[in-house]
Amino acid sequence: MKRPSEQSLQNMVAEYQAVTSPNVMHQLEQLAAPLKGARVLHINSTKEGGGVAEILHKFIPLKQALGIEADWEIITGNQEFYQCTKGFHNALQGMRQTISDKLLQNYEQTNRENAEKLHEKLKEADFVFIHDPQPAPLLNYISERKGKWIWRCHIDVSRPYRQVWKYLREWVTPYDASIFSLPEFAQTLPHPQYIVAPSIDPLSDKNCPLPEREIKNVFSQFNLDPDLPLITQVSRYDRFKDPLGVIEAYKLASKLTPLQLVLAGGGASDDPEGEAILNEVKQASNGAPNIHVLLLPADANRTINALQRASDIILQKSIKEGFGLTVSEGMWKGKPVIGGDTGGIRLQVINHYTGFLVRTPEGAALRTRYLLHRRDKLKDMGMRAQRFVRENFLITRHLREYLTLMVGLTSGDVERISVGSA
Amino acid sequence: MENNAGDLQSKSPFAVKDCALITIATGIKVQNLKEFAAALKDVPAGSIYYHFWGRLLRPLFDEPEYNNDFASWAYRGLQDKFLAEQLSMVIPTDYVDMEGLRQEMVEVVEQRLDEFEYVPWSKADQQFHFLKSQIVIFDTGIRYENPIELVPQIINLSTGSIYYHFIDARNRTDDREDDFSSWLKGLSNEYDELVKTLCSVDPYFSSLKEIRLIVSNIFQEFFGKVEQ
Repeated sequence: MKRPSEQSLQNMVAEYQAVTSPNVMHQLEQLAAPLKGARVLHINSTKEGGGVAEILHKFIPLKQALGIEADWEIITGNQEFYQCTKGFHNALQGMRQTISDKLLQNYEQTNRENAEKLHEKLKEADFVFIHDPQPAPLLNYISERKGKWIWRCHIDVSRPYRQVWKYLREWVTPYDASIFSLPEFAQTLPHPQYIVAPSIDPLSDKNCPLPEREIKNVFSQFNLDPDLPLITQVSRYDRFKDPLGVIEAYKLASKLTPLQLVLAGGGASDDPEGEAILNEVKQASNGAPNIHVLLLPADANRTINALQRASDIILQKSIKEGFGLTVSEGMWKGKPVIGGDTGGIRLQVINHYTGFLVRTPEGAALRTRYLLHRRDKLKDMGMRAQRFVRENFLITRHLREYLTLMVGLTSGDVERISVGSA
Repeated sequence: MENNAGDLQSKSPFAVKDCALITIATGIKVQNLKEFAAALKDVPAGSIYYHFWGRLLRPLFDEPEYNNDFASWAYRGLQDKFLAEQLSMVIPTDYVDMEGLRQEMVEVVEQRLDEFEYVPWSKADQQFHFLKSQIVIFDTGIRYENPIELVPQIINLSTGSIYYHFIDARNRTDDREDDFSSWLKGLSNEYDELVKTLCSVDPYFSSLKEIRLIVSNIFQEFFGKVEQ
């Protein structure tokens, strides 16, 4: 990844300072001081689509601005590779999956080839962050590694399908540490398991403030009714995001409360199941004039931003969720979120304060009707939601935890570490 | 990089430190009160510290109903309000060290177990996960020679600094008090009233931002009076 100029890095720090506070950036600078010059490499399997890629797009330049030699590489594979890793993903979230030996062999071979391609960088890095199961075996193929290797799992692995986890655990065990988004996701592993929640970037196209004109434009762009309340779920077309449950909730709520629903999603390049789910969603919404199923390109970030801002309520009715960045995105825009009572959504949606946690389409319909009926509550919850994200789920907090982790990891198994002249 | 178990703030000048905390899973989780009692005896002392204090540096919304994670779980996980109230009233600074605090917690839980004819359970997705933390402390390089210099600056301290000097200090100082009080006591007895007011702040129900405001107001009020 090309390093931005010093000037643009400094400008970026100033921009974050404006959104957060001078304190926040100053603290990051001090925490990063002992890590100056460290070579940090992040590896995942896609540059576009999905929360991981979104975070890395900003994480890398921010680390560079703090004097860390951060870099990001992706591994590539054939269709069978992604079919296999999608199977892993589903299995880690609890779905029973049978993954053939042929697919597993291809998975291992793909990682072997990528390890050869990235050998020098992987060998020399002081810290290597491997994101999710796709590149997990890389460590095994870099015998002369000198740095600390950390496996970062973004998936809800609270109740994995054991047979698949047993296979993946073999690859993950030799790492120096792993990171999970919630304590509930931690597994039995012989190394430290850090708990770090993901974050959103307040300055990205997806989350930055937009002119009113651009927000209103989505109504004509997607043939929406500007006079009807709008509820929106933004997410990949994935079974665990429960888009069919959202349609059911809409149908139940709209019997008594006129409203419209937008389901907006793109495909991630490492998700081969998206198209099949999208077809099911289209079928389920067939004939309903106020259900808008949108397939957006990976770079439609401003459009998603505008749709979220134009909405009255954001839904994220997942039945499994590693974290659910779209929840924080919606909350950041001052919207209450009706979310599935699962995984990382629980960390963001504080029931009755920043939104509602629901377990069924009926629950989602009930809370939708309530909020549309009680506009005062809707507004209060939205304001609280925005404040909650500002204090807890911005990228600056996320970066602080990564820096702390890196300092911690190089200090061994001690509870208190003093750095600098402390 | 130095590993430092204690850091006392009793001599002039006041050195402003900051800190960041990272959460680590201990791998120990429990689903019923009996398992909880057994785990309490075994978990690292750092885990007890984390569940009492570390929560202040985690996402928390407004006013927590109970002031430590154990009490919150007793209420939310086990639906045992009685136990939640009892665990809430265990004050960490009443004990010389974490082992004393641990012992008291075990007593309270075992006493409650004796009162039951059955063992209370939580739902599978409401288990208690014992966590611990690593805390990284760094020097901001800022020094204050005279307490009056702190008056306009406290409100600008980071929440990490507030945590370190006002919360963490209670765990590492002999008198189980905050760093501001330790420092002021070491300077002169003319600050006794200020120390007394600082020591009367109950830090259990406030966020770090609220604590920062409270401490700032206390300093302002004290030095405002002195100037009059």
